[in-house]
Amino acid sequence: MSSQDSQPSLYAAREPVFPKRVKGTFRTLKWWLMALMLGAYYIAPWIRWDRGPELPDQAILVDLAHRRFFFFMIEIWPHEFYFVAGLLIMAGLGLFLFTSAAGRVWCGYACPQTVWTDLMILVERWVEGDRNARLRLHRQAWDGEKIRKRAIKWTLWLLIGLATGGAWVFYFTDAPTLLSNLLTGQAHPVAYTTIAILTATTFAFGGFFREQVCIYACPWPRIQAAMMDEDTLTIAYREWRGEPRGKHRKADGADELGDCIDCMACVNVCPMGIDIRDGQQMACITCGLCIDACNDIMDKVGKPRGLIDYLALTDETRERAGMPPKSIWKHVFRPRTVLYTVLWGGVGIGLIVALFLRSDIDMNVSPIRNPLFVTLSDGTIRNAYDVRLRNKLGSDHDYALTVTSGSHVTMKVEGAEGNVVRVPANDTLSARLYIEAEAGSEAAQSARTDVRIWVSEAVTTPGSKEARTYHDTVFNGAGK
Amino acid sequence: MCAKQVKKPGEVGTTGHEWDGIQEFDNPMPRWWLWTFYLTIIWAIGYSIYYPAWPMISRATQGIVGTESAGDTRLAVSDEIKRYDEANAPIKAKLTAADLNAIAADPELGPYAKSAGSAVFKTWCAQCHGAGAAGNVGFPNLLDDDWLWGGDMESIHTTITHGIRNTDDADARYSQMPAFGTDGLLDATQIGDVVEYVLQLSGQEHDATRAAAGATVFTDNCTACHMEDGTGDRAQGAPNLTDAVWLFGGDRAALTETVTKARFGVMPNWNTRLTEDEIRAVAVYVHSLGGGE
Repeated sequence: MSSQDSQPSLYAAREPVFPKRVKGTFRTLKWWLMALMLGAYYIAPWIRWDRGPELPDQAILVDLAHRRFFFFMIEIWPHEFYFVAGLLIMAGLGLFLFTSAAGRVWCGYACPQTVWTDLMILVERWVEGDRNARLRLHRQAWDGEKIRKRAIKWTLWLLIGLATGGAWVFYFTDAPTLLSNLLTGQAHPVAYTTIAILTATTFAFGGFFREQVCIYACPWPRIQAAMMDEDTLTIAYREWRGEPRGKHRKADGADELGDCIDCMACVNVCPMGIDIRDGQQMACITCGLCIDACNDIMDKVGKPRGLIDYLALTDETRERAGMPPKSIWKHVFRPRTVLYTVLWGGVGIGLIVALFLRSDIDMNVSPIRNPLFVTLSDGTIRNAYDVRLRNKLGSDHDYALTVTSGSHVTMKVEGAEGNVVRVPANDTLSARLYIEAEAGSEAAQSARTDVRIWVSEAVTTPGSKEARTYHDTVFNGAGK
Repeated sequence: MCAKQVKKPGEVGTTGHEWDGIQEFDNPMPRWWLWTFYLTIIWAIGYSIYYPAWPMISRATQGIVGTESAGDTRLAVSDEIKRYDEANAPIKAKLTAADLNAIAADPELGPYAKSAGSAVFKTWCAQCHGAGAAGNVGFPNLLDDDWLWGGDMESIHTTITHGIRNTDDADARYSQMPAFGTDGLLDATQIGDVVEYVLQLSGQEHDATRAAAGATVFTDNCTACHMEDGTGDRAQGAPNLTDAVWLFGGDRAALTETVTKARFGVMPNWNTRLTEDEIRAVAVYVHSLGGGE
């Protein structure tokens, strides 16, 4: 925004960006990634997975009503939320790894804001033409042509938004049922509201806000800058090769000019509307499109490619000294990235091990500590415990509870014959459990005795893996 | 390659802030940001017209929505309580009409009674019997299997309804132990002897010679209530002296004080403060704590 007076305006209007079409390695990679990610997003909720008659047959399902998360053969209950926490930690470490190795690859290739904006720009180009046509249309008065083109574009954008919001809700309930309910107007208002909100945000963020989301709203560019170092590969302009830039190849003094012909191709294709020749900057999402654009020009003018390239800071000093840049592998394999990889893999292996070690029965024992113990008429010391048993199987199961301890104690489950309880399929049962130590016994007279409460299948079918688990707790005696 | 700056300091000007050579450009804010600010102002105007907002002399402006649902929280709470009471009325009526002994096993009434009883207990009973119902010296532990006036549903229900040794309810459970010492019924030696005998009855360490003398004192003075074998009498709320549970303490000093001055534990009658369904609920709750008979 230019201002005539000495005092600049406090508020700046947005400079519209009209990214030009580009062809090249990174553009092709981005098309494939976009197809892959959007495809996965739209198709995933429709994959079926047979889990038996009582459970949903949707492969990926966040069942909020029953508090279950289904992912193919994996079923996660709320008490196993550490799996989700573990995955989030892995996602975080993965981002650290990618950022320290190759800068803001997340922003440039995988962030939903980038992917959907890319899709919106594609639609925009189909409807309104490439950069020059769009620029013309932008300056044009609101005549019939402009109204028609804008209306078509916005309608398509809205449909994309609708598809985005529409796909989101399918992750939370049975997709085919919800689709027919949505179409017949019988779906829950929450579904319609969610779709409406996501349609609106996709339309607004992908169509209009675009680069402003990254520059003004997103904290990630600020955080990522702190994770990059001098060996991080990022997009850079070989200033020492390109400067001084100039157009007049045949004029006097042309020999002193650098390789940059100042054609603005790198600026015209940039979806963020920046000039990469100003150096690495916060608004750069490192999408690589300027590399494609510049390489194309370099081929045409017969100069070597790579005036704009993936480079690290350490390469600058080497190249200025006339040495070749370090190989990409040397930039990528550094103690820092190896450490991130090891941590990432460690968490992953831990989660897989935990996944295979978890039992089909799950028990939680909370000792009742008000009071610590009760003395009965005959001097027996009794402790009470609240036990919660979860049956994660698709059928009712009988579970037997037993207690083991170094001292002699006995156990009884309130209201249960032979300490056997029946837990309904996919349900949790609460039971009151009493452990008693006879008057004068070791456990009755010591302050604390370790006890282990076991739960196992009451009826074991031959050949099947015996489901059995335990919970360690403490028996409080009178303490003589 | 990062040496170039996006803008020369002279172009925009800096804020004048500087940290270790790092300066801050005085870049303009995006214009849409300004518009969102104006939007919040418009929103605030609408909000303060719709909801009670501006403080006036006696009360705030009432807004279009009025106080019925938004302004008076006390009214809202009492409305909510009324709604819950109305919703619970059928199950309360059912609870009042049900057979006392069948409530706990009933799939609908049982869980309701236990949870409602727990709330009643924590409001009205926990002050003396403790939040965990473990009692205190002079206030019975409700978790164990020793009951002064009986631990079946009927007895617990009667005790809660009428209370113990209070003067407000003619049907309150009543009994009184004589103060053998202060009223001069027994001398110090006799009291010492009978205490040794009670220690012997409950299987504690005692003086055998004095206990033998105490047996006679016990037969002459105590058996009317505590029975020949010392197992007590629930009809009179006379505690069992042979077990391990003591309301006021079972050691020599506590027993001597009990025999000398007697004890007089009082519990209020709850029939004037709680409704029948609440009494039944709390009776079911107490019965379920582990000692119910």
